Amino acid sequence: MATAELTNPADALEAFRKEAAGWLAEHFPKSLVGKENVLATVEGGSDPDPEAVAWKRAMGDKGWGTPTWPKEYGGGGLSYPEARVLQEEMGKIGAWNPIGGMGVMMLGPTLLEFASEEQKQRHIPPICRGEVRWCQGYSEPGAGSDLASLQTKCEDKGDHWLINGQKTWTSGGQWADWCFALVRTDTSKKHEGISFILLDMKSPGVEVKPIRMISGTSPFCETFFTDVKVPKENLVGELGNGWTIGKRLLQHERTNLSGGGSLGRGQGPSLSDIAKHYVGTDAEGRIADADLRMRIVRHEMEAQAFKATARRVMLESKSGNISLGSSILKNVGARITQERAELTLEIMGMNGLGWSGEGFNLAELGATRGWLWGKAVSIYGGTTEIQNNVIAKRILGMLDHQ
Amino acid sequence: MAVLNEEQSMLRDMARDWANEQSPVTAFRKVRDAGEAIGFDPKAFAAQAEMGWTGVIIPEAYGGSDFGYLSLGLVLEETGRTLTASPLGTTALAATSAFLLAGSEAQKQAWLPKIASGDVIAALAVDEGPRHDPSKIATKAEKSGDGWTLSGTKKFVAEGDGAHLFVVAAQTGSGIGLFLVPADAKGVSRASRNMVDARSHAEVSFDAVKLDSDALIGPEDGAALLGQVLDRARAGVAAEMLGLAVQAFDDTLAYLKTREQFGEILSRFQALQHRMAHQFTQIELMRSAVEGALEAIDADRDDIAAKVSLAKATACDTLHLVSREMIQLHGGIGMTDEHHAGFYIKRARILENAWGNAAFHRERFARLAGY
Repeated sequence: MATAELTNPADALEAFRKEAAGWLAEHFPKSLVGKENVLATVEGGSDPDPEAVAWKRAMGDKGWGTPTWPKEYGGGGLSYPEARVLQEEMGKIGAWNPIGGMGVMMLGPTLLEFASEEQKQRHIPPICRGEVRWCQGYSEPGAGSDLASLQTKCEDKGDHWLINGQKTWTSGGQWADWCFALVRTDTSKKHEGISFILLDMKSPGVEVKPIRMISGTSPFCETFFTDVKVPKENLVGELGNGWTIGKRLLQHERTNLSGGGSLGRGQGPSLSDIAKHYVGTDAEGRIADADLRMRIVRHEMEAQAFKATARRVMLESKSGNISLGSSILKNVGARITQERAELTLEIMGMNGLGWSGEGFNLAELGATRGWLWGKAVSIYGGTTEIQNNVIAKRILGMLDHQ
Repeated sequence: MAVLNEEQSMLRDMARDWANEQSPVTAFRKVRDAGEAIGFDPKAFAAQAEMGWTGVIIPEAYGGSDFGYLSLGLVLEETGRTLTASPLGTTALAATSAFLLAGSEAQKQAWLPKIASGDVIAALAVDEGPRHDPSKIATKAEKSGDGWTLSGTKKFVAEGDGAHLFVVAAQTGSGIGLFLVPADAKGVSRASRNMVDARSHAEVSFDAVKLDSDALIGPEDGAALLGQVLDRARAGVAAEMLGLAVQAFDDTLAYLKTREQFGEILSRFQALQHRMAHQFTQIELMRSAVEGALEAIDADRDDIAAKVSLAKATACDTLHLVSREMIQLHGGIGMTDEHHAGFYIKRARILENAWGNAAFHRERFARLAGY
């Protein structure tokens, strides 16, 4: 707790609210409102805007980019209610979090749970300051949904590990500084033969090849490891315990990928506003296309139920209960994201199907690319089908008939 | 599958063989990569014309074979399967229909033989916004002297970049009329649009284009004619969509039968089996609806409009489903540009929009039925 715990909790929270608002007013330049670049935490290139650089440094030093992480490793040390207040105060003035990426979303929480003290001291502070970009070396051409069938070999050479193999769907691989990877340290066992390792992408023998996606972008790479030497101290957890660690990391991934955050209030125009613009309204102000209107309603209602569930899950897990609701977040989030994209496209008609060039505004071109890119949401980080298997087998106890 | 006569069976088999051998998806990829505004391979279109496909619905007197709409639909389905980039449906079905329905003898003589030979590509220029709406036409044709002066802008004209002749819907003062406008007429200009399917959907502008009196095809209050032409165009698009759906489904099924995860071929998982069974079911319904519309047109039945809206709405819903499942069931590989699943979903959304999406046709179906 950043504020005194002896006082009334509500008062303490209000005091923190004032503190946060004051600090934000001092450090967030108004010129950065609306200039959030969500890809900046993944992609390379220097940020040309000195104010954005300063804002990132301020948030990094304060630890508020990772507000609930322990202070000793560079986090903000805030309680969940305080982090929520911070988010609210940032929302009020249009401030955004400049610290992100896979290090924040996935690796950091995993290291906090499984890494040695030395590893935490070394790797977490740079994540909190947004200084190191991480990529994920999980999937392989033959190991997608069946991740545990991965083959990338990691051999013990006494004073170092030697890695050979191929990963695919390495997000941001071409820009990443470091990679956390699942590797096979034992070929005689499936799950128990997997270990979790950290490796420097600048190591000799690491090659990345961007994969062009249907959206025209290349956010993923194929990554090839040829006789890559990795220091012994980069193994996280125990040898052969990588599957447990890797799965835990996927839980963080799935929570983040469910889109709970991106569906927050005030992000861009609503579907109904877009529809009113493109389709028009009848005399009573209803969207003129009755069929479309009802499908927008259905979508909006589901989005609201999803937000309510995300909030309930957060409250339940905070109170120490295992929330059954968390199992559905990724699938519902994916469905809502994709449905919204399809509806936006339908509303915009041919204007929503432009690829580039004249005749389309930026919002329209963004809708098109976003629609295509969004098809990945139900595939990466555990496909919808795998998630449904988890629900059916682990939660509902519906075992295979075999 | 509709019961086909011998000629239709031969035509379909010929189209299937040609598409597989001469125009596989890799041919479309070449067109896409070339990035030309016309959005098709002139050699492939010339080959189609050579085989007589540009004259399938045109009477023999004008150089065609008069095989009818179902026959041409079979060709469009087969070439649609491999995403053949060609103006065939636009010129030889959609635009040709205006001549068949309302062309004077002189107009037919002037244009149909050239369309049948493939020397002329004709295109419909109707919509003026991003969503199909024939009730929102502002383009004007004003009487001047013996002829007309045409002004206005048409959006997303399919094959607008390569067309030699436009069939333009315009306000005449007494309603909507259709006008034949050569692309090289003074005052006609076009701007290419780069769209997801890499095909031509140009913006075509008419700036005080002078037309002779014989440019008008059909009556000055030809809204009903426009509706009939559009219904034929819609049925043609639905036939192409059927081809896309069938092939997207076939490719997905083949993939599930080869891809292994968890030590099993994916097609052994019951959850996936049922997804495929559902798509198969929907495609069967789609086929009946699409062929039913084409047959209604061939028989000149009085329920063409309802049958066409049924076909287009069903085609839109089904292809939407199948194109999404194609990507999802292929997983990551279906998300890559190297794979062709993206080509199918991109072309699918364009065709869903063409001449009215599912919502448009459900609304129209209800109105036609009086509720």
